[in-house]
Formats: sequence, structure tokens, C-alpha cells
Amino acid sequence: MAQSVSEMIREKRKSSKRQKLEKLVPGLLFAAASVSVLTTVGILLTLVVETFMFFTEVPFSQFFFSTEMQPLNRSEPTFSILPLLSATLLSTVIAMLVAIPIGLTTAVYLSEYATDRARRVLKPIVEVLAGIPTIVYGFFAFTFVTPVLQNIIPILDRTNILSPGIVMGIMIIPMVASLSEDALSSVPLSMREGAMAFGATKFETTVRVVIPAAISGIIASFVLGISRAIGETMIVTIASGSNKNLTFDITQSMQTMTAYIVEVTSGDAGAGTTAYYSLYAVAITLFVFTLAMNMLAKYISKRYREEY
Amino acid sequence: MSINSLQERPSREEATVTQEEAREAVFRTEGLNLWYGNTQALHNIELDQRANEVTAIIGPSGCGKSTYIKTLNRMVQMNPIVKVTGKVYYRDQNIFDRKFPVEELRTRVGMVFQKPNPFPKTIFENVAYGPKIHGIRNKKLLAEIVEESLKGAAIWEEVKDRLQENAFGLSGGQQQRLCIARCLAIEPDVILMDEPTSALDPKSTLKVEELVQQLKSKYSIMIVTHNMQQAARISDRTAFFLNGEVIEFDETDKIFSNPSDKRTEDYITGRFG
Amino acid sequence: MEQNYINQEEVSRRIPGRLAVNKVVRGLFLTSTLFGLVVLAILLYDVITDSWGWIDWQFLTSVMSFNEEAAGIIGAISGTLWLMLIVGPVTMIIGVATAIYLEEYVKEGRVRTFFETNVANLAGVPSIVFGLLGLTVFVRLMNMGSVVLAGGLTMSLLVLPIVIVSAQESLRAVPSYLREASFGMGATRWQTIRSVVLPAALPSILTGMILAMSRAIGETAPLIALGIPALLIPLPSGLFDSFTVLPVQVYYWTIDAALNQNYASLAAATIVVLLVLMFILNSAAILIRNKFQQRF
Repeated sequence: MAQSVSEMIREKRKSSKRQKLEKLVPGLLFAAASVSVLTTVGILLTLVVETFMFFTEVPFSQFFFSTEMQPLNRSEPTFSILPLLSATLLSTVIAMLVAIPIGLTTAVYLSEYATDRARRVLKPIVEVLAGIPTIVYGFFAFTFVTPVLQNIIPILDRTNILSPGIVMGIMIIPMVASLSEDALSSVPLSMREGAMAFGATKFETTVRVVIPAAISGIIASFVLGISRAIGETMIVTIASGSNKNLTFDITQSMQTMTAYIVEVTSGDAGAGTTAYYSLYAVAITLFVFTLAMNMLAKYISKRYREEY
Repeated sequence: MSINSLQERPSREEATVTQEEAREAVFRTEGLNLWYGNTQALHNIELDQRANEVTAIIGPSGCGKSTYIKTLNRMVQMNPIVKVTGKVYYRDQNIFDRKFPVEELRTRVGMVFQKPNPFPKTIFENVAYGPKIHGIRNKKLLAEIVEESLKGAAIWEEVKDRLQENAFGLSGGQQQRLCIARCLAIEPDVILMDEPTSALDPKSTLKVEELVQQLKSKYSIMIVTHNMQQAARISDRTAFFLNGEVIEFDETDKIFSNPSDKRTEDYITGRFG
Repeated sequence: MEQNYINQEEVSRRIPGRLAVNKVVRGLFLTSTLFGLVVLAILLYDVITDSWGWIDWQFLTSVMSFNEEAAGIIGAISGTLWLMLIVGPVTMIIGVATAIYLEEYVKEGRVRTFFETNVANLAGVPSIVFGLLGLTVFVRLMNMGSVVLAGGLTMSLLVLPIVIVSAQESLRAVPSYLREASFGMGATRWQTIRSVVLPAALPSILTGMILAMSRAIGETAPLIALGIPALLIPLPSGLFDSFTVLPVQVYYWTIDAALNQNYASLAAATIVVLLVLMFILNSAAILIRNKFQQRF
């Protein structure tokens, strides 16, 4: 060997191949990172353009203020989002009536009452609920929960908004529970000790001290749950049917925004028909609602973040 | 010059040993100022590192000694809020010169960190890492470099039978010597050591100190230390930093026996810091 | 003047009541925690009893048929595998590259905030909307039709935010002193990433990837929106073939369950296969995480 290592290194350094690679890499990575931005742009463009097409054919007022939704009526189709909105609203309310109390109490139990061992066993099991595909919940709502409920409420239709609402709530429990638990367990121990030192019971400490301290995180978890419920598709598609009448009777079949999209895309509304364009008008409404909820959740948890 | 001469590289010492002052400066720092955002951490630093000498940098926590040493291989500038003015010459090249690639600087100037930081790879791969990234692929040559570097860091005997084991299996002191070996593998000119023994037990500390003494014949070494005895034991010259300024920079013997600044005296006699 | 604001007797008298409330509440909370467990048990019991006797070799290896007794899900299984074949590499490459860009190149500042906000918002978009995107762009605009590639790309975009976020976390978990060691030897940024950061983060990145895949194979809505048919179709053999997947198969059998109880059984049997597949993926993820857990 005639050269020292340092000389060899100096020689190798001169090769420009590596320099080029070093310059090329950030560009390639940037291109990859742009994919997610392009996805957002794609979603917005698709929704806006096609929605625009829809409103050249259907008046704004009909879509937002009439109550008749008959998209596939050959002679005189009418489009109204209100029946879909009311179905979405009702299913979301039912879901949150299940998810909020059970999710929050689960969070409190896991964070305040459970021993370490119990938490280690229970928490993953609760989280398994979040990993089950929604189609499975749909099947469960349709073939199990609805028949069971029909025994209790005989007037319940075979497709209705109550049963999928409840099942959707079950699906959302882990989300509310785990986000609320994060908020609860980030409350410092010293605050709990402060309350317990003058004789408060665990329950009193939790209700008077811990929950108020963690309230922003807890509410954010509710809002995210609502967003999830609004966007949930398969459970309602399967179990709540396709009735497009404006109603608030939870024992009846109703169609949510998401279920409407599934029905039209899997049906035979050809591209270019008004029914096809209506998809996008409904989807953009759905998109705006979920986006607003997600941003609200972020705002709440940021704006009211407690400084401990 | 052969790879085997890594240990017995003819040093400039022989030529200049009689004339200390004639030793050439490897690093020359002129009017260096450094800010973290709006906080100035270094004030007008003037300091020379001479070839084949050990310079110790001492001073209380937060005095800027680590910041200074990390400026010399420009690691400090990985923090985007850092701003620098002034000049640092490495062998007459301004290290802040845009035409002087930072990677080249760092192949000439190795660094040993406060906490031993081997890669989660085998012992062999740890030492071979530097030569490999700099384009040396020949297996036989790599094996030679690894052996020589480990010998240079006085850890060869301890690890020669377990080169393919994960470096995390070594003790803290061994890990730090491995990191020194890793540094030697690219044949640097200068080695910067940022409190290399602060995470080690006394026995390992002594080993590293002995090693520094041996390495001096081939490398120029700058070492940041909290430990004044250590500075006194191993360094030729010592710089005392306080609040981002060089208060005093002189022969180590002079600093510890007869400091010219009151603040230096206060520090080395333990009155503060 | 001596006056006690707190009547000690009163306090003592109230204590048993307060303790009782605490006890009752504790029981209620535990019940509520167990509620999830019970539902999970009922759900699995329901699915398994419905599918009892239907899962056999014939069911797993036969193609779809209108005769329930002869129907099988080999088509849906192979479609699901095809989907994984696309979603895996596509999200791995784009997701990890995005994460590297954000964690190792951009670091702080507006660019990063912009990208991260975008990813966070995408993660909250309902999956059906991704289906519409796929329908509009891949199926119609690019004229692919409802083929494997269109489904795979749509699904990739859907899980991409999950992969990006988990890969970012994996990269962030690599301690900075490893990067410093590498930079300190004159390695360039890309060399450091390729030979130090990525190998150290790989097990954790893989774990996140597998979990994302598990999410992808359970998704139904976007694929239905793409117009995946419930017809008898030949097994897909390429990117441009029609296909169906397990959850879509479940969907069509479930909505027909009202007509014929056998369809409910077929749907349940398919669910069991889907859940087993997901269970395998999740176990693999946990295994990788435990085996390669780095101690830095």
C-alpha cells in the first residue's frame, strides 16, 4: 500500500458522483412529500369542480332548503341534502350518547382507579375495538343488534338509524377513551395529592380536580369522535337502509351522507348525470363538516391547553 | 507511507521539539463570535491549537467551552439558530469559507463526544464506518484499518475476538475507546474531545487519559474538561473560558501554578464553578 | 370568641356516605370499562357462530358462486393480497421518504408546519372521500377502470398519512448523538440517514407499516366507491385486472343476508378469514417490535 488512508480519502472525495447524489436526494424526498399535498389538492379540486357542475343543473336553494330527495326519479329528479343531513346528525347523536359516557368513564377508570396490572390488561383489549374493520361492525349491527333491539322495540324497522348509531358509538369508545385518558394522565400527581390531602375521596378528586384540569383534552376527544361518526360509512350503509325521506324517527330507515355516496357510486348512475354530480355536492358537505370538527378539536386542545 | 505507519507516523515533533514556539498552528481562531438566536455565547475568541499538543479547555458549566470546540468542526451550526462571525483557520483555510466543504473539514478533524455514542452496529462496522463512507471498499484494507485503529485506541486486545458483536455489549469505558478508534480510522489531523471522560468511571477515565498522552505524538488534540486535575495531567496548554470569553490561555504549568488573572485563580482554587 | 366553621361531627357523619358513593362509582366505571370487553366478546361469538361449519378448504379455495354451498373466497383473498402488494411498497417508499424529508431535512419552520398540518388534516378525511378521489382521478380521468392498480393507489393515499406519522415517530426516536457521531466523521446528510438513521429506525418503521397495511385490508368504503363489482370475476393476474377484496365481499353478502340466511353465514365466514389475516399482521408487528427493540 502506497497511500495513507487520509490520502485515499482525499482522493475519493474528488469523485463528483457522491456530490451529485447529495444534491439530488432532497429533491427526490421533496417530491415524495408533495404526494400528500397533491392528494389534498386532488380532493379539493375534484370536489369543487364537480360540485360546480352540479349547481349549474340544480339550484342552490333546492339542495339546501327543499326536503325532497329523489335523485333517481326519471321524470323529475330532485336533490336535497336535508334528509341526508338529518340522518347523519341523528346517527352521530346516538353514537355520541353511547361513546361519551362509556368512553369517558372507561378513561377515568383506567387512569384513576385501575391498578397498573389491570390497566395493562384492559387497555389493549379496549383498543382492539378500534382495530376491528367497520364492515364487521356493519355486519354486527345488521345481523345481531337490530334483531335484538326488535325484541325490545317491536316497531323497529329492519333497517333503522338506532342500531347503527349504537354500534358506531361502540366503535368510537376506544377513541374517546384513549384520548381522554391521555388528557387525564397528563394532569400532574401533585394536583391529585392536593385534593386528597384534605380528605377528598378518589371520586371527589376526579370530578372536582382531575376532570376540570383535563377538560380541554376530553372535549377535544369528543369532537374528534363526532368527526369520526359523521364520516363513518359502512355501518350506516349496511344497517340503516336507503330511505331518503326527511324524518326524525330513529326506528325508521334513513340514509346518511356517506351511505348516499356509496349507494350512488355502486349503483348505476352514469358519469355526467345529475345524480352523479350530486355525489360531489354531498361529499363536499361531508368534507367540510369533518374538517371543521377536526380543526375545532385541534383548536380546543391548543387554545385551552393547561399550563401545569 | 503505508497504512501500518498510522502508529508511527513521523511527527513534526522531531524537527521542532526544541523550538516550542515554532510549532505550526493547526487551528487559528480570530475574533470568533457566536450567537444562539439573540444570546451571544462566544465573545471575540482568539486561540491557537498547535500541532502535536494537547490543549485543555476548562471553565464552569455554560461558559461556552463545548460550544467553542463544536464550532471547530462546525457541528454547532447544525442548530439553525446559530450565527457566527469571525474567522477560524484550519491549516490556513477558513473553515467558514463556502468553498471548504464541511465534510472535508470533518474528515480532517475528528470528534469524541461526551457520552460514548457507538452506532448500533458491530464493533467492526463501527470502526469501518468512516473509511466506508469515504469510499474505501476493499475488505482486506478495511480489516487492516480496523485493526490499526483499535490498536491505536488501546482496545484491540479487549475486542479482537468479538469484532462481529454489537458495540452496545461493551462497557462504557470500552465504548468510549471504541469511539476514539472509530475517529482514528479516518486518520484525522486533529481530534476534538468534548468531556470524553465525564460519563466514565475513574478506572476507564485513567485509561482514556493515558491514551490521550499516547495519541499526542501523532495528533493534535483539544479536550474540553470539567476536571481540572485532568487538564493539569494531560495538557500542554490550557484555556480558561468564562461567560463565553477566553480569560486566560497559556502553558498549563503557568495556568495552574501562577495564573495572571484573578478569575482564573478563583476558578482553579475552587472558589466558584 | 371561639367558633368552629367546620363541625367535626357533621364531617364524620358524612364520611360513610361519601365513601359509599366512591365505591359505587368505582363499580360503575369498571362496568363501563368491561362493557367494551363484553361487546367484543359478543361480536366475536356472533361472527363465529354464524360462520360455524362454513369455513373449510372448499370455501377458501373456490371462486365466487351464486350457489351458496359452492361459493368461495379465493378471488377476494387474492384481491386482498394484490392490494397489499401495491399498498406496501407505495406507502413504504413515499411515506418513509416524506418522513425523512420532514424530520431530517426541513426540521423546523413554516415548510414543515405546512406539510404536517396537511398530513394531519388528510388523516381526518373520511375514507369514502378518498374513494371519490380514486373514482374521479384513477378510474375515470386516467381511464383505468376499477382495477387492482386503481384500488391499490386509492388505498395507498388513504393510509399514507398513517405511515408518514408513524415513520416520523420512528425517526425521531433515533437519538441525535448517533447522527452527530456520523456527521462528526465527515459523513454527508444522506450517508448519515442511509447508514445510521434508517437502519436504527427500521424495525419501528416496519411495525408502523404493517399496522397501516392491516388498516388498509379492512377498509371497504373507498373500494366500493371505486365501483368494485360483486360479480363472478376471474382471479386477478395483473395490475389492470378487475378484482374484489375480502371486506367488499363481506359487504355484498351482508346486504343480501336478508334474502337468505346462508349469505349471512358466508359473510361471517369471510369476516373470520379477514380477522385472522389482520391478527397475523398485528402479531407480526408486535414480534418485530419486541425482537428488534433497540436500546440506544
